[in-house]
Amino acid sequence: MSLASAGPSAYWYLTRSSGTVALLLLTGAVVLGVLDVRRVSSPRWPRFVLDALHRNVSLLALAFLAVHVLTSVLDSFASISPLDALIPFVGSYRPFWLGLGALALDLLLAVAITSFSRRRMGYRTWHAIHALTYLSWPIALVHGLGTGSDATSTWLLALGGACLAAVLAAVLWRALSGWRERPDVGRAALGGAGAFTVFLAVWLPLGPLGGEWARRAGTPPTLLPHRALAPRARGSGR
Amino acid sequence: MSHRLRVNPIACEAHGMCAELLPERIALDEWGYPVLDGQQLDGELLEHARRAARACPTFALLLERERPPAR
Amino acid sequence: MSTQLAYAPAPSAVAPPAGLPRLLTGIAAHAAMSLEHHEAVHGPLPLTGGRRPALAFDLVEELDRAGLRGRGGAGFPTAAKLRAVAAAGGRPVVLANVGEGEPASRKDRTLARMLPHLVLDGAELAARALGARELIVAVCETARTGADTLALAISERERRHRGAPRTRLLGVPDRFVASQESALVSLANGAPALPAFTPPRPFERGVGGHPTLVANAETLAHVALIARHGASWFRELGSPAEPGSALVTLSGPVARPGVYEIARGGSLSGLMQAAGGLTLPAAGVLLGGYGGAWIAGAHLESLRLSDERLAPFGASLGAGVVAVLSAHACPVRELARLTRWLAGQSAGQCGPCVHGLDALAGGFEAIAAGAPRGNGEQRMRQLAALVRARGACAHPDGVARMALSALAAFPTELAEHARHGPCERCARSPELPLARA
Repeated sequence: MSLASAGPSAYWYLTRSSGTVALLLLTGAVVLGVLDVRRVSSPRWPRFVLDALHRNVSLLALAFLAVHVLTSVLDSFASISPLDALIPFVGSYRPFWLGLGALALDLLLAVAITSFSRRRMGYRTWHAIHALTYLSWPIALVHGLGTGSDATSTWLLALGGACLAAVLAAVLWRALSGWRERPDVGRAALGGAGAFTVFLAVWLPLGPLGGEWARRAGTPPTLLPHRALAPRARGSGR
Repeated sequence: MSHRLRVNPIACEAHGMCAELLPERIALDEWGYPVLDGQQLDGELLEHARRAARACPTFALLLERERPPAR
Repeated sequence: MSTQLAYAPAPSAVAPPAGLPRLLTGIAAHAAMSLEHHEAVHGPLPLTGGRRPALAFDLVEELDRAGLRGRGGAGFPTAAKLRAVAAAGGRPVVLANVGEGEPASRKDRTLARMLPHLVLDGAELAARALGARELIVAVCETARTGADTLALAISERERRHRGAPRTRLLGVPDRFVASQESALVSLANGAPALPAFTPPRPFERGVGGHPTLVANAETLAHVALIARHGASWFRELGSPAEPGSALVTLSGPVARPGVYEIARGGSLSGLMQAAGGLTLPAAGVLLGGYGGAWIAGAHLESLRLSDERLAPFGASLGAGVVAVLSAHACPVRELARLTRWLAGQSAGQCGPCVHGLDALAGGFEAIAAGAPRGNGEQRMRQLAALVRARGACAHPDGVARMALSALAAFPTELAEHARHGPCERCARSPELPLARA
């Protein structure tokens, strides 16, 4: 009995769902970071509340990310080793797209560790590393779309779209109202966001939404779902 | 043992969380930077002061034990 | 710190100057005083002879008895500063501050260019008293001649003096706050010349993490002479509370502006007479430095140049700037120009300074243009109170003090401008120097 014909294990559901929730939470954290607590606070939403919100959302995202990584390793379907989860592009299952996930994990680990040991380093150093979050988010999104075997599902695409829209809206708002004192940062942010959107618009139809994505993404052949290729019985006429 | 708050004006970037967490002792000037009244802190206020110092994103708010005057 | 014998310095080889000049004795018009000439004028450095020359007396004790105070602007007692550095332990660094970021002050440059050995003597004596590991001489990057003269003087001394600490020159950017104590230490440590958050103050942790004595060039020059002639001699001029002589930089409508040496407590009119007298009537004088205080023309006749006599005006001798403003100039326009320049000279590190000084400058500019915002004077006082003690250095405090003193010194002119806008004197060329000639 080929593996492909067995239904998805509980681990698959867990890894898929925890990854999605992690992405949603990460999006929330990124949006709060882009908006800048100082600019969006109000008497109802004081800065220390928004700051704590940003921190707690990030911690929750990390928690779900941990579940996501753990269950993907435990899921025997794709034989992802713990090393594959941490070191990008060395796995056997969709090495590039999975590798992106490992890369995002590495970046977020760096951010998390520096945030926990913040007092030991200067503010500037901490802030520079913290900015890696802006890189980890698009990588995580593309990883989700490229690795999942259900990238074509409508609700997943809708969620991904919502995340993208949220981040784009935040970057646009900030660039227009906030980065006036650093126009180069504003331009870079808008440029990056625009380029990423264009990339998605081009890649999605050619990639995950195009045919046979699982094979093209690098799923090991043994795991590919294949139609039963029973030889036509001569003359039986189907 | 009494404590006092002090601001490192170079590190301060006017995030303003300190004034939200300790309005009894910290106000913000017209540009968003903290103005301390310089009084001692004790009892309940000390706890709030600790929280305010922890909340500062740039570690600009310092809670210090009373120093005997230098000189 | 090595034990020092507590008796007074041996009688100097050269008779101590009676009266003035003291520091400026023998100063030539266009050339620096060589080491040989310097020792002929003042006598050799008061060190014991032999292969390992040392101080034969307690320098700090002598400076304490002399009551010498710093001449960089802050006026801190020099002996106390040395004691603090010594108490911090380890082998300290001595940093001679010849940076002189004040455009209206030229005394330190003059010492560097013409009397380098006075400064280097004082620095070397302090270094020996402290057991310093290194001596750094900070001089302004644009003061080429002074830097060259000091470099030459240092090599002259290296050939002659034994056991003097390693000496190096440090180029300081020509910005107002660059020669501030902690800014110099940052620069010496390889960082930009910007004031640092203290504590720790330089005397605790400075260059390379070592306790550092930052001393003004003129202060060190006084040390060089007190070490030779003793505390009692130093106290022959000035008053018991403010002994000794001081260098001042006189600028403005006088026949011979420049650097003069006065007895502390000397009269301003005496100084101006020595400078050939006023060429135009004086509207006022800015004393101490650009962070000092204005005094209106009416008071100048009886003015005496000592901290205690200037205190009632909210002024002090500071860095010795005596910038006279003529009655031909417009004080309001000068104020607007000066505060705008001072705002631009902020290190830009602290919000209250950056915003507050900008607002102060804007306030004076608005008054000068005849469009004051709200109650102009009240706003100025509010801003002055807001910036005081809220920066990492004393720059905003100085500007606030200068601004408030201007309100007191020129109330009529300010009120006139607020009502009618620019006057006919506004169009004339400004008098207060902002860039160095």
